[in-house]
Amino acid sequence: MISALICVVSAAALAQFFVCYCRAVLASTRNVELSERVRELAGVTGRSIGAGDFGRLLQFLFLCPEHNSYQGQVRAVGIYYRMLDIAGRIGGALIPSVAALTERDQIACAHFAAVVLDRRISHSREMFARQASSHP
Amino acid sequence: MLGPFDYWLWAIGFVLEASVVVCVISSRSLTRYYAVAIYMFCRVAIGCLYYLCIARFGIGSEQYHSLYYYTESLLTILLFCVIIQFYQQVFADMGVNRYVRGGASMLLFATALFSYVVIHRHSEHLTKQFVVEFGQNLYFVGVVLTYALWAAILHFRETRARLIHLVLALGLYFSGTAATYALRNLFPSMQSFALQWVPPIFGVLLPLAWGYTFWRVPEEARILRYQLEGRTAR
Repeated sequence: MISALICVVSAAALAQFFVCYCRAVLASTRNVELSERVRELAGVTGRSIGAGDFGRLLQFLFLCPEHNSYQGQVRAVGIYYRMLDIAGRIGGALIPSVAALTERDQIACAHFAAVVLDRRISHSREMFARQASSHP
Repeated sequence: MLGPFDYWLWAIGFVLEASVVVCVISSRSLTRYYAVAIYMFCRVAIGCLYYLCIARFGIGSEQYHSLYYYTESLLTILLFCVIIQFYQQVFADMGVNRYVRGGASMLLFATALFSYVVIHRHSEHLTKQFVVEFGQNLYFVGVVLTYALWAAILHFRETRARLIHLVLALGLYFSGTAATYALRNLFPSMQSFALQWVPPIFGVLLPLAWGYTFWRVPEEARILRYQLEGRTAR
């Protein structure tokens, strides 16, 4: 009986800590402006980034050569995005405000992926420029 | 018998734990987060001890099992010292550190007493039952302490991003491990095929998240409460 109670309470706490951890990770990039380069690449020139752009941005991220930085965070945000997707589909059908709530966080996930992509592209270009200057 | 995945998890965990100690020292945060560095250093040292014990007595030996469960309980108690340090940082301006230490010690004592009473009633199958029951109770106290700390962080509008990341990662570790131990207690047959991997995976995720925090999140970084609640700024 006590074990069952501990199991339920711990699982609920785990879900809440996971959501808050992902939001803390997303908060680090929330106010970062995206460059024109990444906007063009993601196909969001002249409009704000949408929740549906996450999948495409993730594919670009995995194509980018610098794979190790932010990898754990990208994975956690990816899981969070899929959880929100499921919650939005199930909860949104019953309560419309749930869909709006999940979409807001999904947009933050897409923005996070775009910021990480931007940083990876910048890093790759810097590396390329350094290599080019050292081997004229 | 250990498989390749066990060795991989052990090696990754060992490297990550050592790198947390290095990150704490290199980010000049040792005075502020000395409990984190001591805890991770102890995990590294105990990891070496496990290796020596397995090499000498074997994975299935009584000596290894005794060492494993004994040191795991000690490490969990050491992790409570980390929580107490986080509490002290959150309540630093209020001058209540003495009460925080007293409260945490009392809670730990109450957990040990409760576990003893539970085990005393079922003394005929003491050893295996005891370690799982005690582990479950210890980790659950960790969940309660971390959750209360998280509530305090939200209530007092704590904005230090590094502290928030560290507390949330600790909450994930405690709640994930407590849920696994409780499931082990409820369904002992699940241990052999699924649950045996979960605590080591959480054990790797904790130093990974802490290492990332010390490496990437500067001490002066701030997170506002509305960002944690998923709201937009007014």
